[in-house]
Amino acid sequence: MGNLLSLTTFIPLLGAAILAIFLRGNDAAAQKNAKWVAMATTVATFLVSLFILFGFDKSNTGFQFVEERAWLLGMNYKMGVDGISILFVMLTTFLMPLVIASCWSVENRVKEYMIAFLLLETLMLGVFMALDLVLFYLFFEAGLIPMFLIIGIWGGANRIYASFKFFLYTFLGSVLMLVAMVAMFSDAGTTDIPTLMTHTFASENFSILGVQIIGGMQTLMWIAFFASFAVKMPMWPVHTWLPDAHVQAPTAGSVVLAAILLKMGGYGFLRFSLPMFPIGSEVLGPMVLWLSAIAIIYTSLVALVQDDMKKLIAYSSVAHMGYVTMGIFAVNQQGIDGAIFQMISHGFISGALFLCVGVIYDRMHTREIDAYGGLVNRMPAYALIFLFFTMANVGLPGTSGFIGEFLVLMGIFQVNTWVAMFATTGVILSAAYALWLYRRVVMGELIKESLKSITDMTTRERFIFAPLVVMTLLLGVYPALVLDIIGPSVAALVDNYEMATAGMQSAVTH
Amino acid sequence: MISADIQTVMPEIVLAVYAMLALLAAVYTTKDKMAPLLTWTTSGLFVLLAFWVGSGEGTVTAFEGMFNNDGFARFAKVVILISAAAVLLMSQGYMQKRDLLRFEYPILIALAVVGMMVMVSAGDLMALYMGLELQSLALYVVASLRRDSLKSTEAGLKYFVLGALSSGLLLYGASLTYGFAGTTLFSGIIAATQDGVSLGLLFGVVFLLSGFAFKVSAAPFHMWTPDVYEGSPTPVTAFFATAPKVAAMALFARVVHDAFGGIVSDWQQIVAFLAVISMFLGAIAAIGQRDIKRLMAYSSIAHMGFALMGLAAGTVLGVQAMLIYMAIYVTMNIGTFAFILGMERDGRPVTDIQSLKMYSKKQPLMALVVLIMMFSLAGVPPMLGFFGKFYVLRAAYDAGLGWLAVAGVVASVIGAFYYLRIVFYVYFGDENEGLDGKMPPVLWTAAVVTAAIVLLAWVPGINLFGIETMAEAAAQSLVN
Repeated sequence: MGNLLSLTTFIPLLGAAILAIFLRGNDAAAQKNAKWVAMATTVATFLVSLFILFGFDKSNTGFQFVEERAWLLGMNYKMGVDGISILFVMLTTFLMPLVIASCWSVENRVKEYMIAFLLLETLMLGVFMALDLVLFYLFFEAGLIPMFLIIGIWGGANRIYASFKFFLYTFLGSVLMLVAMVAMFSDAGTTDIPTLMTHTFASENFSILGVQIIGGMQTLMWIAFFASFAVKMPMWPVHTWLPDAHVQAPTAGSVVLAAILLKMGGYGFLRFSLPMFPIGSEVLGPMVLWLSAIAIIYTSLVALVQDDMKKLIAYSSVAHMGYVTMGIFAVNQQGIDGAIFQMISHGFISGALFLCVGVIYDRMHTREIDAYGGLVNRMPAYALIFLFFTMANVGLPGTSGFIGEFLVLMGIFQVNTWVAMFATTGVILSAAYALWLYRRVVMGELIKESLKSITDMTTRERFIFAPLVVMTLLLGVYPALVLDIIGPSVAALVDNYEMATAGMQSAVTH
Repeated sequence: MISADIQTVMPEIVLAVYAMLALLAAVYTTKDKMAPLLTWTTSGLFVLLAFWVGSGEGTVTAFEGMFNNDGFARFAKVVILISAAAVLLMSQGYMQKRDLLRFEYPILIALAVVGMMVMVSAGDLMALYMGLELQSLALYVVASLRRDSLKSTEAGLKYFVLGALSSGLLLYGASLTYGFAGTTLFSGIIAATQDGVSLGLLFGVVFLLSGFAFKVSAAPFHMWTPDVYEGSPTPVTAFFATAPKVAAMALFARVVHDAFGGIVSDWQQIVAFLAVISMFLGAIAAIGQRDIKRLMAYSSIAHMGFALMGLAAGTVLGVQAMLIYMAIYVTMNIGTFAFILGMERDGRPVTDIQSLKMYSKKQPLMALVVLIMMFSLAGVPPMLGFFGKFYVLRAAYDAGLGWLAVAGVVASVIGAFYYLRIVFYVYFGDENEGLDGKMPPVLWTAAVVTAAIVLLAWVPGINLFGIETMAEAAAQSLVN
């Protein structure tokens, strides 16, 4: 099949169109139908995407399943996957059916809710597959629209503030990237990503208004892309939209946000910043390492004092993303392997944690930690699942969380020992906030009157968690599943990077 | 010789003669009862003329260079004619319902369109002024079409006084240019500026550009726009926001390239300045607006800033980007105004944006149209508005105006706020007694069709209906 990638990307869109056109009415039956159509669509997408995974040639470091069609301004509509992007595609298609299953109890504007998620899936898949700058930007930015609506329509009490903050914050970051893309188009004469990866952008120093720009154009473009991806990631200090968005978003929205949307930032660094602006990365990379170290320690401390469960997990996400940016900008095999692994594993773990919050939120309609306590007495199965993912979040060996963090720390240790040392304290802090949260919510005596009648997880909820538990364990004990796929592409990326920056070292010494 | 010249201006002559005949017919027969018929025939004629003009080829000049029929003029004319036809059709229902549909309305619009067609074809300062004044006089009158409304007459008067001021500026610039270049022909002016530009001529350029900036409602000459938009009957506002903007912008491009193409660096900074303050003023001033017509006025100021950004590039790519931007801008405005024309409660038109609260529950499809239009106006992909911005940014960057591109995108983020606020009202505001009634079929069709275009025109295979190559040919015929 020549257009497997487009097929995968647009099946959800087709599902959304079917819902929008053919589904009428708003009674219980129509709502049920909407959910089933969405479920069938996401499952179909997952099944089709399996063809990509099984047809993927692991030893080939180039782009595979490439499709190309003429488009505007001499640009092409071009899609393709390589070792770096394919797992994000799989992560998306794997998680979406679970996300749909998790909103089974939603009753407000169900049809629109399903359409929003299906649209979002198309756009997320497009981001990871696009091989044209403008096409990438299109998918990247368009994803803001359904997410804006998801937070705004189905969110909590303060949803309007959160949705505007989410949209404008990310929009501001991205438009600077747009200008850089225009500059790249103008400089290289093409928007084809594989061509741009081999194009060398000017890196002669120059000064603007008396400020010396080391690395010249590359540094400026790097900064513009950084503005976008750092917000998306999100990195300290531009992470402040994330806790608001997470707290106000409905459970399914939080899951998508944490598990997939955040990964676009990391993917962007790997796809654009490192291969296209190696000099810029070399100049400003050390800054990213320190920002990441600050992020890990600072947001972990902030997480400690939260009294809202979702906010706590949101801050924990920022901390974990700190490991990702750190691994990426260590630019060695272990660092980047670890960063990608961490992103995949965080997709499962943070998704699961938000679902865990969702389970008790559905019952008690509060996210206050103080409102809970002693849940283990009434909800043993829930306590077990929550414990498992808490441990995975902490990075317990045997879960996927450990592999990612360990690889990143190994990679960063070779580059900057100080940063590695500070970052390692994050492991301790994450244990502190995660276990303390667990203790306050699940352990102890069940004394709160309101909790006396709480019920354990339903079969549907258990089914949602089962695949996540399996994946977290599987990747924890057999990480080669991921590393074999990403390894060759990462090796090629690191080689090219070193080649490009070796020239810079010699240029400086001459 | 003369017959060849006449041949070249035939479309304009046909339209002008039609307007006069229609006037006679209406005056001597049934007067206002003929208005619906005249609306339809005028729109029909616009569409026919659009096909006629659009099928032309090559570059022909008539009356010794006073009138050009080139690719650029044709592109602009087609956009003007199509958008004027669309707005005229959309306005009929609204006007009829409010007893505003007088027979003068379609005739004045036809005359204004004649003026616009002359403007964009002008090859001489005199021809330019004639076209501009014909257009402006017709527009002053339609602005105060609702004679018994204070706001409408105020709008007409304000527009007239400020318009006269700007015409004065423009004439002053034209006389300075004539005095220092020795000719009013664009071809003569460009020859006179071959070896540098004198200070007097530079003053002339500045005054001319100020006059144009007024006509395109670029800041700091934008003051009239919000009041005129708010006061005029909504169909007239819709018209103001579309065809005259294209004509004025095309005229702007025509003069700076045809007459002053040799001194790009002299006017580039002026245009860049107009662009940057229009973008920021449009974005920031709109935040406080509660009336959707005023909001659209500020939105159009910001959009003109973007179009001027393309023009500031001073290159083929820049003019191409400007033309594409204007075509996209007009499409978005037709769709948005189709919706605004249909906004009513208890049969009365409403323009308060608060009335849109939770509109999505009442009319899901129309709410979706509003959503698409607002995101497109904000420049969020994959809507068409994004592509307009992309072309313009590319042109500006290529011409070495990187700072302008950065300023533009920052302004567009500020502007995104008020477009988002409308989406917020429509989709997740509190419920209140908002709009009622169904959209009339004409407006419904216009809104849905433009929304579909705005949403899907970028899809590979449609590729913006090939407008890219047409605009490129048009730009090449202008810039050389």
